Amino acid sequence: MISFIFSPVQIAPVVEVPLFCDLIKAGFPSPADDYSDSSLDFNEYLIKNRASTFIVRVQGDSMIGAGIDTGDLLVVDRSIRPETGRIVIAVVDGEFTVKRLHRELGRWCLLPENPDYPVIEIGDETDFQVWGVVTHAIHSFL
Amino acid sequence: MKYALVDCNTFYASCEKVFRPDLKNKPVIVLSNNDGCVVAMSREAKALGIPRGIPLFKVESHIKKYDIAVFSSNYTLYHDLSSRVMNILRNFASELEIYSIDEAFLILGGESQDDIARLIRGTVMTWTGIPVSVGIGPTKTLAKAANKVAKKRPEGYFDFSSSDSRLFLKELEVGDIWGIGRQYQAFLNRNGIFTALQLTQQSDSWVKKNLTMVGLRTKWELEGKPSIDMEQAPPPKKGILSSKSFSYPVTDLLDLMEAAADYGTTATEKLRKQKSVCRYVNISVSTNYFRQGDRQYSNAATIELAVPSAYPPDIISAARRGLEQIYRKGFKYKKITVYLTGIEDENRGQLDLFLKEDPRKYRVMESVDRINRKYGRNTVNCMNIRETSHWQMKREQLSPRYTTNWNELPLISAG
Repeated sequence: MISFIFSPVQIAPVVEVPLFCDLIKAGFPSPADDYSDSSLDFNEYLIKNRASTFIVRVQGDSMIGAGIDTGDLLVVDRSIRPETGRIVIAVVDGEFTVKRLHRELGRWCLLPENPDYPVIEIGDETDFQVWGVVTHAIHSFL
Repeated sequence: MKYALVDCNTFYASCEKVFRPDLKNKPVIVLSNNDGCVVAMSREAKALGIPRGIPLFKVESHIKKYDIAVFSSNYTLYHDLSSRVMNILRNFASELEIYSIDEAFLILGGESQDDIARLIRGTVMTWTGIPVSVGIGPTKTLAKAANKVAKKRPEGYFDFSSSDSRLFLKELEVGDIWGIGRQYQAFLNRNGIFTALQLTQQSDSWVKKNLTMVGLRTKWELEGKPSIDMEQAPPPKKGILSSKSFSYPVTDLLDLMEAAADYGTTATEKLRKQKSVCRYVNISVSTNYFRQGDRQYSNAATIELAVPSAYPPDIISAARRGLEQIYRKGFKYKKITVYLTGIEDENRGQLDLFLKEDPRKYRVMESVDRINRKYGRNTVNCMNIRETSHWQMKREQLSPRYTTNWNELPLISAG
Protein backbone atom coordinates (compact mmCIF):
# COMPACT_ATOMS: atom_id res chain seq x y z
CA MET A 1 0.00 0.00 0.00
CA ILE A 2 1.50 3.30 -1.08
CA SER A 3 -0.16 5.75 1.21
CA PHE A 4 1.28 9.04 2.28
CA ILE A 5 -1.24 11.71 2.98
CA PHE A 6 1.24 14.44 2.26
CA SER A 7 2.75 13.18 -0.96
CA PRO A 8 0.94 12.55 -4.21
CA VAL A 9 0.91 9.14 -5.76
CA GLN A 10 4.15 7.86 -7.20
CA ILE A 11 2.93 7.51 -10.73
CA ALA A 12 6.08 5.71 -11.68
CA PRO A 13 9.15 4.78 -9.73
CA VAL A 14 11.80 7.42 -10.18
CA VAL A 15 14.18 6.30 -12.87
CA GLU A 16 17.44 8.12 -12.69
CA VAL A 17 19.43 8.51 -15.86
CA PRO A 18 22.61 10.49 -15.35
CA LEU A 19 23.18 13.36 -17.76
CA PHE A 20 26.77 14.00 -18.76
CA CYS A 21 27.62 17.54 -19.78
CA ASP A 22 30.98 16.78 -21.33
CA LEU A 23 31.51 14.81 -24.48
CA ILE A 24 33.35 11.60 -23.93
CA LYS A 25 36.08 11.20 -26.50
CA ALA A 26 36.86 7.74 -27.81
CA GLY A 27 40.25 6.46 -26.85
CA PHE A 28 40.66 9.11 -24.22
CA PRO A 29 40.08 8.01 -20.65
CA SER A 30 37.57 10.52 -19.40
CA PRO A 31 36.73 10.77 -15.71
CA ALA A 32 33.16 11.47 -16.82
CA ASP A 33 31.70 10.71 -13.42
CA ASP A 34 33.15 13.96 -12.15
CA TYR A 35 31.04 15.90 -14.61
CA SER A 36 27.72 14.18 -14.01
CA ASP A 37 24.91 16.72 -13.75
CA SER A 38 21.51 16.15 -12.15
CA SER A 39 19.66 12.95 -13.10
CA LEU A 40 16.88 12.80 -15.65
CA ASP A 41 13.56 11.93 -14.16
CA PHE A 42 10.82 10.88 -16.57
CA ASN A 43 8.19 11.95 -14.07
CA GLU A 44 9.47 15.48 -14.40
CA TYR A 45 9.20 15.29 -18.18
CA LEU A 46 5.83 13.55 -18.40
CA ILE A 47 4.00 15.00 -15.42
CA LYS A 48 3.61 18.72 -14.93
CA ASN A 49 0.84 18.51 -12.38
CA ARG A 50 0.80 15.41 -10.21
CA ALA A 51 -2.56 16.07 -8.56
CA SER A 52 -4.37 16.21 -11.91
CA THR A 53 -2.43 13.58 -13.88
CA PHE A 54 -3.73 10.08 -14.49
CA ILE A 55 -2.42 7.19 -16.57
CA VAL A 56 -4.79 5.16 -18.73
CA ARG A 57 -4.40 2.28 -21.16
CA VAL A 58 -5.66 2.30 -24.76
CA GLN A 59 -7.72 -0.41 -26.37
CA GLY A 60 -8.33 -0.06 -30.11
CA ASP A 61 -6.71 1.45 -33.19
CA SER A 62 -8.87 4.45 -34.10
CA MET A 63 -6.03 6.84 -33.19
CA ILE A 64 -3.24 4.98 -34.96
CA GLY A 65 -2.56 8.02 -37.18
CA ALA A 66 -1.71 10.06 -34.09
CA GLY A 67 0.76 7.41 -32.96
CA ILE A 68 -1.59 5.86 -30.41
CA ASP A 69 -1.97 2.11 -30.66
CA THR A 70 -3.71 -0.53 -28.63
CA GLY A 71 -1.93 -1.29 -25.35
CA ASP A 72 -0.25 2.11 -25.21
CA LEU A 73 -0.27 4.17 -22.05
CA LEU A 74 -1.56 7.72 -22.15
CA VAL A 75 -0.62 10.45 -19.73
CA VAL A 76 -3.77 12.48 -19.10
CA ASP A 77 -3.71 15.87 -17.41
CA ARG A 78 -7.13 17.06 -16.29
CA SER A 79 -5.87 20.57 -15.50
CA ILE A 80 -5.20 21.38 -19.17
CA ARG A 81 -7.95 23.19 -21.10
CA PRO A 82 -9.57 21.08 -23.76
CA GLU A 83 -9.17 23.10 -26.94
CA THR A 84 -9.70 22.31 -30.58
CA GLY A 85 -6.83 20.19 -31.93
CA ARG A 86 -5.99 18.54 -28.62
CA ILE A 87 -6.27 14.81 -28.10
CA VAL A 88 -8.71 14.16 -25.28
CA ILE A 89 -10.26 11.43 -23.19
CA ALA A 90 -13.94 12.12 -23.71
CA VAL A 91 -17.06 10.63 -22.23
CA VAL A 92 -19.77 10.07 -24.82
CA ASP A 93 -23.04 8.65 -23.49
CA GLY A 94 -21.28 7.22 -20.45
CA GLU A 95 -18.41 5.58 -22.37
CA PHE A 96 -14.75 6.61 -22.41
CA THR A 97 -13.13 7.25 -25.77
CA VAL A 98 -9.89 8.82 -26.95
CA LYS A 99 -10.14 11.14 -29.99
CA ARG A 100 -8.94 14.47 -31.31
CA LEU A 101 -11.22 17.32 -30.26
CA HIS A 102 -12.34 19.58 -33.09
CA ARG A 103 -14.63 22.57 -33.38
CA GLU A 104 -16.20 23.53 -36.66
CA LEU A 105 -19.06 25.90 -37.44
CA GLY A 106 -19.78 26.27 -33.75
CA ARG A 107 -20.05 22.54 -33.15
CA TRP A 108 -17.76 20.15 -31.30
CA CYS A 109 -16.83 16.84 -32.82
CA LEU A 110 -14.40 14.01 -32.09
CA LEU A 111 -12.07 13.01 -34.89
CA PRO A 112 -10.54 9.55 -35.18
CA GLU A 113 -7.13 9.24 -36.85
CA ASN A 114 -7.90 6.15 -38.83
CA PRO A 115 -10.05 6.29 -42.00
CA ASP A 116 -11.88 3.12 -40.91
CA TYR A 117 -13.65 5.00 -38.11
CA PRO A 118 -16.39 7.63 -38.33
CA VAL A 119 -16.28 11.16 -36.95
CA ILE A 120 -18.35 11.48 -33.78
CA GLU A 121 -20.60 14.55 -34.02
CA ILE A 122 -21.62 16.06 -30.70
CA GLY A 123 -25.29 16.94 -31.01
CA ASP A 124 -27.34 18.88 -28.49
CA GLU A 125 -28.72 15.60 -27.21
CA THR A 126 -25.34 13.89 -26.78
CA ASP A 127 -24.22 13.33 -23.20
CA PHE A 128 -20.69 14.61 -23.71
CA GLN A 129 -17.86 15.65 -21.45
CA VAL A 130 -14.10 15.98 -21.76
CA TRP A 131 -12.52 13.92 -18.96
CA GLY A 132 -8.94 15.02 -19.56
CA VAL A 133 -6.37 16.14 -22.10
CA VAL A 134 -3.79 13.62 -23.34
CA THR A 135 -0.26 15.02 -23.02
CA HIS A 136 1.87 12.00 -23.95
CA ALA A 137 1.54 8.50 -25.37
CA ILE A 138 3.92 5.82 -24.17
CA HIS A 139 4.48 3.03 -26.66
CA SER A 140 6.57 0.02 -25.81
CA PHE A 141 8.46 -1.84 -28.53
CA LEU A 142 8.92 -4.99 -26.51
CA MET B 1 -8.32 35.71 9.04
CA LYS B 2 -10.88 33.21 7.78
CA TYR B 3 -11.22 29.49 8.12
CA ALA B 4 -12.65 27.18 5.52
CA LEU B 5 -13.77 23.61 5.92
CA VAL B 6 -13.60 21.75 2.62
CA ASP B 7 -15.47 18.46 2.59
CA CYS B 8 -15.61 15.99 -0.30
CA ASN B 9 -19.21 15.15 -1.12
CA THR B 10 -20.08 11.46 -0.63
CA PHE B 11 -16.36 10.82 -0.96
CA TYR B 12 -16.09 7.03 -1.40
CA ALA B 13 -18.98 6.94 -3.87
CA SER B 14 -17.52 9.93 -5.73
CA CYS B 15 -14.14 8.14 -6.02
CA GLU B 16 -15.86 5.12 -7.58
CA LYS B 17 -17.58 7.40 -10.09
CA VAL B 18 -14.42 9.15 -11.33
CA PHE B 19 -13.48 6.19 -13.52
CA ARG B 20 -17.01 5.01 -14.21
CA PRO B 21 -18.74 7.72 -16.24
CA ASP B 22 -21.56 5.28 -16.91
CA LEU B 23 -22.53 5.69 -13.24
CA LYS B 24 -23.10 9.43 -13.49
CA ASN B 25 -26.42 10.26 -11.79
CA LYS B 26 -26.81 6.59 -10.75
CA PRO B 27 -27.06 5.30 -7.18
CA VAL B 28 -23.79 3.90 -5.81
CA ILE B 29 -23.15 2.24 -2.46
CA VAL B 30 -19.84 1.27 -0.89
CA LEU B 31 -19.56 -1.61 1.59
CA SER B 32 -17.57 -1.98 4.80
CA ASN B 33 -14.68 -4.42 5.21
CA ASN B 34 -15.85 -7.93 4.40
CA ASP B 35 -18.72 -6.50 2.39
CA GLY B 36 -20.86 -6.48 5.52
CA CYS B 37 -22.69 -3.16 5.66
CA VAL B 38 -23.30 -0.05 3.61
CA VAL B 39 -20.74 2.54 4.72
CA ALA B 40 -21.10 5.16 2.02
CA MET B 41 -23.65 6.24 -0.52
CA SER B 42 -23.90 8.57 -3.47
CA ARG B 43 -26.48 11.35 -3.44
CA GLU B 44 -28.79 9.21 -5.58
CA ALA B 45 -28.54 6.24 -3.19
CA LYS B 46 -29.27 8.49 -0.20
CA ALA B 47 -32.35 9.74 -2.02
CA LEU B 48 -33.62 6.14 -2.13
CA GLY B 49 -33.74 6.24 1.65
CA ILE B 50 -31.05 3.62 2.31
CA PRO B 51 -29.77 4.12 5.87
CA ARG B 52 -26.02 4.16 6.44
CA GLY B 53 -24.77 1.07 8.25
CA ILE B 54 -27.53 -1.24 7.07
CA PRO B 55 -26.32 -4.83 6.40
CA LEU B 56 -25.96 -5.65 2.71
CA PHE B 57 -28.43 -8.53 2.74
CA LYS B 58 -31.19 -6.19 3.88
CA VAL B 59 -30.89 -4.01 0.78
CA GLU B 60 -30.57 -6.76 -1.83
CA SER B 61 -34.08 -6.15 -3.15
CA HIS B 62 -33.43 -2.39 -3.42
CA ILE B 63 -30.20 -3.06 -5.33
CA LYS B 64 -32.06 -5.08 -7.95
CA LYS B 65 -35.05 -2.78 -8.14
CA TYR B 66 -33.11 0.48 -8.53
CA ASP B 67 -30.05 -0.92 -10.32
CA ILE B 68 -27.70 0.29 -7.60
CA ALA B 69 -23.96 -0.12 -8.28
CA VAL B 70 -22.29 -1.89 -5.32
CA PHE B 71 -18.58 -1.61 -4.45
CA SER B 72 -16.34 -3.13 -1.80
CA SER B 73 -14.30 -0.43 -0.13
CA ASN B 74 -11.21 0.34 -2.21
CA TYR B 75 -9.07 2.27 0.25
CA THR B 76 -6.07 2.27 -2.07
CA LEU B 77 -8.08 4.31 -4.57
CA TYR B 78 -9.71 6.56 -1.95
CA HIS B 79 -6.37 7.28 -0.35
CA ASP B 80 -4.77 8.27 -3.64
CA LEU B 81 -7.61 10.59 -4.63
CA SER B 82 -7.66 12.04 -1.12
CA SER B 83 -3.97 12.91 -1.26
CA ARG B 84 -4.53 14.60 -4.64
CA VAL B 85 -7.39 16.68 -3.20
CA MET B 86 -5.33 17.64 -0.14
CA ASN B 87 -2.40 18.68 -2.31
CA ILE B 88 -4.67 20.90 -4.38
CA LEU B 89 -6.12 22.49 -1.23
CA ARG B 90 -2.61 23.25 -0.01
CA ASN B 91 -2.32 25.74 -2.90
CA PHE B 92 -5.19 27.80 -1.54
CA ALA B 93 -4.30 27.80 2.14
CA SER B 94 -1.66 29.46 4.24
CA GLU B 95 -2.20 26.57 6.65
CA LEU B 96 -3.89 23.23 6.09
CA GLU B 97 -5.15 20.68 8.60
CA ILE B 98 -6.15 17.33 7.15
CA TYR B 99 -9.03 16.45 9.43
CA SER B 100 -10.01 13.15 7.85
CA ILE B 101 -9.65 11.32 4.53
CA ASP B 102 -12.25 13.64 2.99
CA GLU B 103 -12.14 16.85 5.05
CA ALA B 104 -9.63 19.61 5.64
CA PHE B 105 -9.52 22.91 7.46
CA LEU B 106 -7.82 25.77 5.62
CA ILE B 107 -6.70 29.17 6.76
CA LEU B 108 -7.44 31.34 3.77
CA GLY B 109 -5.41 34.21 2.43
CA GLY B 110 -6.86 37.65 1.84
CA GLU B 111 -8.77 37.01 -1.40
CA SER B 112 -12.47 37.57 -1.86
CA GLN B 113 -14.15 34.66 -0.11
CA ASP B 114 -16.77 33.87 -2.74
CA ASP B 115 -14.15 33.81 -5.44
CA ILE B 116 -11.88 31.51 -3.51
CA ALA B 117 -14.69 29.09 -2.61
CA ARG B 118 -15.68 28.91 -6.27
CA LEU B 119 -12.07 28.48 -7.31
CA ILE B 120 -11.45 25.69 -4.79
CA ARG B 121 -14.54 23.81 -5.89
CA GLY B 122 -13.83 24.27 -9.59
CA THR B 123 -10.18 23.27 -9.32
CA VAL B 124 -10.74 20.13 -7.24
CA MET B 125 -13.59 19.05 -9.54
CA THR B 126 -11.68 19.66 -12.77
CA TRP B 127 -8.39 18.16 -11.62
CA THR B 128 -9.70 15.10 -9.78
CA GLY B 129 -13.41 14.69 -10.58
CA ILE B 130 -14.29 14.89 -6.88
CA PRO B 131 -17.07 17.34 -5.89
CA VAL B 132 -16.43 19.28 -2.70
CA SER B 133 -18.39 21.75 -0.60
CA VAL B 134 -16.82 24.73 1.12
CA GLY B 135 -17.91 26.35 4.39
CA ILE B 136 -16.27 29.60 5.44
CA GLY B 137 -16.30 31.31 8.82
CA PRO B 138 -14.24 33.32 11.32
CA THR B 139 -13.52 30.15 13.37
CA LYS B 140 -13.14 26.43 12.67
CA THR B 141 -16.43 25.64 14.43
CA LEU B 142 -18.34 28.19 12.34
CA ALA B 143 -16.61 27.01 9.14
CA LYS B 144 -17.72 23.47 9.96
CA ALA B 145 -21.30 24.66 10.56
CA ALA B 146 -21.21 26.74 7.36
CA ASN B 147 -20.20 23.60 5.48
CA LYS B 148 -23.46 21.91 6.52
CA VAL B 149 -25.32 24.79 4.88
CA ALA B 150 -23.03 24.66 1.83
CA LYS B 151 -23.95 20.99 1.28
CA LYS B 152 -27.60 21.95 0.83
CA ARG B 153 -26.93 24.75 -1.65
CA PRO B 154 -26.62 24.30 -5.39
CA GLU B 155 -23.55 26.57 -5.51
CA GLY B 156 -21.83 24.27 -3.00
CA TYR B 157 -20.35 26.91 -0.72
CA PHE B 158 -21.50 29.12 2.10
CA ASP B 159 -19.81 31.98 3.91
CA PHE B 160 -20.96 32.52 7.49
CA SER B 161 -20.31 36.25 7.26
CA SER B 162 -22.79 36.56 4.40
CA SER B 163 -25.58 35.53 6.77
CA ASP B 164 -27.38 37.12 9.71
CA SER B 165 -25.28 35.50 12.42
CA ARG B 166 -28.10 35.46 14.99
CA LEU B 167 -30.39 33.67 12.58
CA PHE B 168 -27.61 31.28 11.60
CA LEU B 169 -26.91 30.31 15.22
CA LYS B 170 -30.61 30.03 15.96
CA GLU B 171 -31.03 27.48 13.20
CA LEU B 172 -27.99 25.45 14.23
CA GLU B 173 -28.99 22.65 16.60
CA VAL B 174 -26.62 22.02 19.51
CA GLY B 175 -26.18 18.38 18.53
CA ASP B 176 -24.93 19.51 15.13
CA ILE B 177 -22.19 21.72 16.56
CA TRP B 178 -18.69 20.39 15.97
CA GLY B 179 -17.31 19.16 19.31
CA ILE B 180 -20.65 19.04 21.13
CA GLY B 181 -21.91 15.78 19.75
CA ARG B 182 -24.76 13.56 20.77
CA GLN B 183 -23.65 12.84 24.33
CA TYR B 184 -23.90 16.49 25.36
CA GLN B 185 -26.95 17.12 23.20
CA ALA B 186 -29.29 15.25 25.58
CA PHE B 187 -27.84 17.08 28.57
CA LEU B 188 -28.18 20.50 26.92
CA ASN B 189 -31.72 19.77 25.74
CA ARG B 190 -32.71 18.83 29.30
CA ASN B 191 -31.43 22.25 30.32
CA GLY B 192 -33.57 23.97 27.71
CA ILE B 193 -30.71 24.60 25.28
CA PHE B 194 -31.61 23.51 21.78
CA THR B 195 -29.75 25.90 19.49
CA ALA B 196 -26.24 27.26 19.12
CA LEU B 197 -27.64 30.73 19.87
CA GLN B 198 -28.97 29.54 23.24
CA LEU B 199 -25.59 27.98 24.03
CA THR B 200 -23.81 31.29 23.40
CA GLN B 201 -26.26 32.98 25.80
CA GLN B 202 -25.02 30.87 28.75
CA SER B 203 -22.30 32.23 30.99
CA ASP B 204 -18.72 31.10 30.42
CA SER B 205 -18.56 29.64 33.92
CA TRP B 206 -21.72 27.56 33.43
CA VAL B 207 -20.42 26.18 30.14
CA LYS B 208 -17.00 25.40 31.58
CA LYS B 209 -18.52 23.68 34.61
CA ASN B 210 -20.89 21.52 32.58
CA LEU B 211 -19.11 21.00 29.28
CA THR B 212 -15.47 21.32 30.39
CA MET B 213 -12.91 23.59 28.77
CA VAL B 214 -13.55 21.93 25.40
CA GLY B 215 -17.17 23.11 25.54
CA LEU B 216 -16.13 26.61 26.54
CA ARG B 217 -13.76 26.85 23.58
CA THR B 218 -16.62 25.75 21.35
CA LYS B 219 -18.82 28.52 22.80
CA TRP B 220 -16.11 31.12 22.08
CA GLU B 221 -15.74 29.80 18.57
CA LEU B 222 -19.48 30.18 18.01
CA GLU B 223 -19.07 33.80 19.14
CA GLY B 224 -16.48 34.26 16.41
CA LYS B 225 -13.33 34.13 18.58
CA PRO B 226 -10.86 31.56 17.24
CA SER B 227 -10.10 29.22 20.16
CA ILE B 228 -9.24 25.89 18.55
CA ASP B 229 -5.80 25.65 16.97
CA MET B 230 -4.99 24.10 13.63
CA GLU B 231 -3.46 20.67 14.16
CA GLN B 232 -1.02 20.04 11.39
CA ALA B 233 0.41 16.79 12.62
CA PRO B 234 -1.72 14.28 14.48
CA PRO B 235 -0.43 13.48 17.99
CA PRO B 236 1.21 10.06 18.30
CA LYS B 237 -1.26 7.34 19.21
CA LYS B 238 -1.16 5.78 22.68
CA GLY B 239 -2.38 2.42 21.52
CA ILE B 240 -2.40 0.90 18.06
CA LEU B 241 -5.04 -1.55 17.07
CA SER B 242 -5.44 -3.74 14.04
CA SER B 243 -8.49 -5.92 13.92
CA LYS B 244 -10.75 -7.51 11.39
CA SER B 245 -13.81 -9.68 11.31
CA PHE B 246 -13.59 -12.78 9.18
CA SER B 247 -16.05 -13.25 6.36
CA TYR B 248 -16.32 -16.97 7.16
CA PRO B 249 -16.07 -18.69 10.54
CA VAL B 250 -12.43 -19.62 11.20
CA THR B 251 -11.71 -22.72 13.26
CA ASP B 252 -8.08 -23.57 12.48
CA LEU B 253 -5.21 -22.31 14.64
CA LEU B 254 -2.99 -21.94 11.58
CA ASP B 255 -5.47 -19.55 9.96
CA LEU B 256 -5.62 -17.50 13.15
CA MET B 257 -1.82 -17.45 13.30
CA GLU B 258 -1.64 -16.04 9.79
CA ALA B 259 -4.24 -13.41 10.55
CA ALA B 260 -2.37 -12.50 13.75
CA ALA B 261 0.85 -12.16 11.77
CA ASP B 262 -0.81 -9.97 9.16
CA TYR B 263 -2.48 -7.66 11.66
CA GLY B 264 0.66 -7.61 13.79
CA THR B 265 2.58 -6.46 10.70
CA THR B 266 0.03 -3.73 9.94
CA ALA B 267 0.18 -2.51 13.53
CA THR B 268 3.99 -2.38 13.59
CA GLU B 269 3.96 -0.42 10.32
CA LYS B 270 1.82 2.22 12.03
CA LEU B 271 4.13 2.07 15.03
CA ARG B 272 7.25 2.74 12.93
CA LYS B 273 5.49 5.47 10.98
CA GLN B 274 5.04 7.48 14.17
CA LYS B 275 8.57 6.53 15.32
CA SER B 276 7.45 4.59 18.37
CA VAL B 277 8.09 1.23 19.98
CA CYS B 278 5.69 -0.81 22.12
CA ARG B 279 6.14 -2.85 25.26
CA TYR B 280 2.94 -4.95 25.29
CA VAL B 281 1.20 -7.01 22.65
CA ASN B 282 -2.42 -7.78 23.42
CA ILE B 283 -4.19 -10.38 21.31
CA SER B 284 -7.85 -11.26 21.50
CA VAL B 285 -10.22 -13.59 19.67
CA SER B 286 -13.96 -13.95 19.74
CA THR B 287 -16.73 -15.98 18.16
CA ASN B 288 -19.80 -14.44 16.55
CA TYR B 289 -22.21 -13.50 19.32
CA PHE B 290 -24.95 -12.80 16.84
CA ARG B 291 -25.05 -16.41 15.64
CA GLN B 292 -27.50 -18.03 17.95
CA GLY B 293 -26.94 -21.73 18.44
CA ASP B 294 -23.14 -21.45 18.11
CA ARG B 295 -21.03 -22.09 21.20
CA GLN B 296 -19.54 -18.76 22.22
CA TYR B 297 -16.02 -18.00 23.40
CA SER B 298 -13.77 -15.00 23.69
CA ASN B 299 -10.45 -14.44 25.38
CA ALA B 300 -7.42 -12.19 25.37
CA ALA B 301 -3.77 -12.42 26.36
CA THR B 302 -1.14 -9.76 26.88
CA ILE B 303 2.51 -10.55 26.29
CA GLU B 304 5.24 -8.28 27.56
CA LEU B 305 8.21 -7.91 25.26
CA ALA B 306 11.69 -8.28 26.71
CA VAL B 307 12.67 -5.03 25.04
CA PRO B 308 10.24 -2.40 23.61
CA SER B 309 10.19 -2.99 19.88
CA ALA B 310 8.73 -2.08 16.50
CA TYR B 311 10.31 -5.08 14.82
CA PRO B 312 7.60 -7.25 13.24
CA PRO B 313 9.09 -10.66 14.11
CA ASP B 314 9.16 -9.63 17.79
CA ILE B 315 5.54 -8.52 17.70
CA ILE B 316 4.35 -11.47 15.63
CA SER B 317 6.02 -14.07 17.82
CA ALA B 318 4.51 -12.43 20.90
CA ALA B 319 1.09 -12.41 19.24
CA ARG B 320 1.49 -16.10 18.39
CA ARG B 321 2.51 -17.00 21.92
CA GLY B 322 -0.57 -15.17 23.17
CA LEU B 323 -2.74 -16.92 20.62
CA GLU B 324 -1.46 -20.35 21.69
CA GLN B 325 -2.54 -19.53 25.24
CA ILE B 326 -6.07 -18.47 24.36
CA TYR B 327 -6.91 -20.68 21.37
CA ARG B 328 -9.49 -23.35 22.08
CA LYS B 329 -10.41 -25.99 19.56
CA GLY B 330 -13.96 -26.40 18.34
CA PHE B 331 -15.07 -22.79 18.15
CA LYS B 332 -15.98 -20.78 15.08
CA TYR B 333 -13.94 -17.61 15.40
CA LYS B 334 -15.27 -14.38 13.95
CA LYS B 335 -12.77 -11.77 14.99
CA ILE B 336 -9.12 -11.33 15.95
CA THR B 337 -7.49 -8.18 17.28
CA VAL B 338 -3.86 -7.25 17.78
CA TYR B 339 -3.48 -4.28 20.11
CA LEU B 340 -0.10 -2.71 20.85
CA THR B 341 0.25 -0.73 24.07
CA GLY B 342 2.94 0.65 26.33
CA ILE B 343 3.96 2.86 23.44
CA GLU B 344 7.09 4.90 23.82
CA ASP B 345 9.07 7.25 21.68
CA GLU B 346 11.77 5.22 19.94
CA ASN B 347 14.31 7.89 20.83
CA ARG B 348 13.61 7.93 24.54
CA GLY B 349 16.51 5.66 25.36
CA GLN B 350 14.68 2.59 24.16
CA LEU B 351 16.21 2.77 20.74
CA ASP B 352 19.61 2.29 22.31
CA LEU B 353 18.42 -0.91 23.88
CA PHE B 354 16.84 -1.92 20.61
CA LEU B 355 20.05 -1.20 18.78
CA LYS B 356 22.25 -2.78 21.39
CA GLU B 357 20.19 -5.89 21.18
CA ASP B 358 20.73 -6.20 17.45
CA PRO B 359 21.41 -3.17 15.26
CA ARG B 360 20.68 -5.18 12.14
CA LYS B 361 16.96 -5.34 13.02
CA TYR B 362 16.63 -1.62 12.58
CA ARG B 363 18.37 -1.58 9.22
CA VAL B 364 16.34 -4.55 7.97
CA MET B 365 13.08 -2.77 8.82
CA GLU B 366 14.18 0.42 7.10
CA SER B 367 14.79 -1.56 3.92
CA VAL B 368 11.57 -3.57 4.24
CA ASP B 369 9.51 -0.40 4.72
CA ARG B 370 11.16 1.18 1.70
CA ILE B 371 10.49 -1.84 -0.51
CA ASN B 372 6.87 -2.12 0.60
CA ARG B 373 6.28 1.59 0.07
CA LYS B 374 7.65 1.34 -3.44
CA TYR B 375 6.25 -1.97 -4.64
CA GLY B 376 3.13 -2.28 -2.53
CA ARG B 377 2.11 -3.77 0.77
CA ASN B 378 3.31 -7.25 1.61
CA THR B 379 5.90 -7.36 -1.18
CA VAL B 380 8.21 -8.37 1.64
CA ASN B 381 6.67 -9.80 4.79
CA CYS B 382 7.47 -12.09 7.67
CA MET B 383 4.97 -14.81 7.05
CA ASN B 384 3.83 -17.29 4.55
CA ILE B 385 0.33 -16.39 3.44
CA ARG B 386 -1.33 -19.28 1.67
CA GLU B 387 -3.43 -18.53 -1.37
CA THR B 388 -6.41 -20.27 0.14
CA SER B 389 -6.39 -18.61 3.54
CA HIS B 390 -9.84 -18.46 5.03
CA TRP B 391 -9.28 -15.34 7.06
CA GLN B 392 -8.66 -12.93 4.22
CA MET B 393 -11.17 -10.20 3.65
CA LYS B 394 -14.19 -10.67 1.48
CA ARG B 395 -14.12 -8.00 -1.21
CA GLU B 396 -16.20 -9.35 -4.03
CA GLN B 397 -17.15 -6.02 -5.56
CA LEU B 398 -13.72 -4.40 -5.49
CA SER B 399 -13.07 -1.83 -8.21
CA PRO B 400 -9.62 -1.64 -9.85
CA ARG B 401 -6.82 0.34 -8.21
CA TYR B 402 -6.97 2.70 -11.19
CA THR B 403 -4.32 5.13 -10.01
CA THR B 404 -1.75 3.01 -8.19
CA ASN B 405 -1.36 -0.28 -10.04
CA TRP B 406 0.02 -0.74 -13.56
CA ASN B 407 -2.18 -3.77 -14.14
CA GLU B 408 -5.39 -2.03 -13.16
CA LEU B 409 -5.25 1.22 -15.15
CA PRO B 410 -8.50 2.52 -16.66
CA LEU B 411 -9.08 1.13 -20.15
CA ILE B 412 -9.99 3.74 -22.74
CA SER B 413 -11.55 2.60 -25.96
CA ALA B 414 -10.10 3.89 -29.19
CA GLY B 415 -12.78 2.14 -31.17
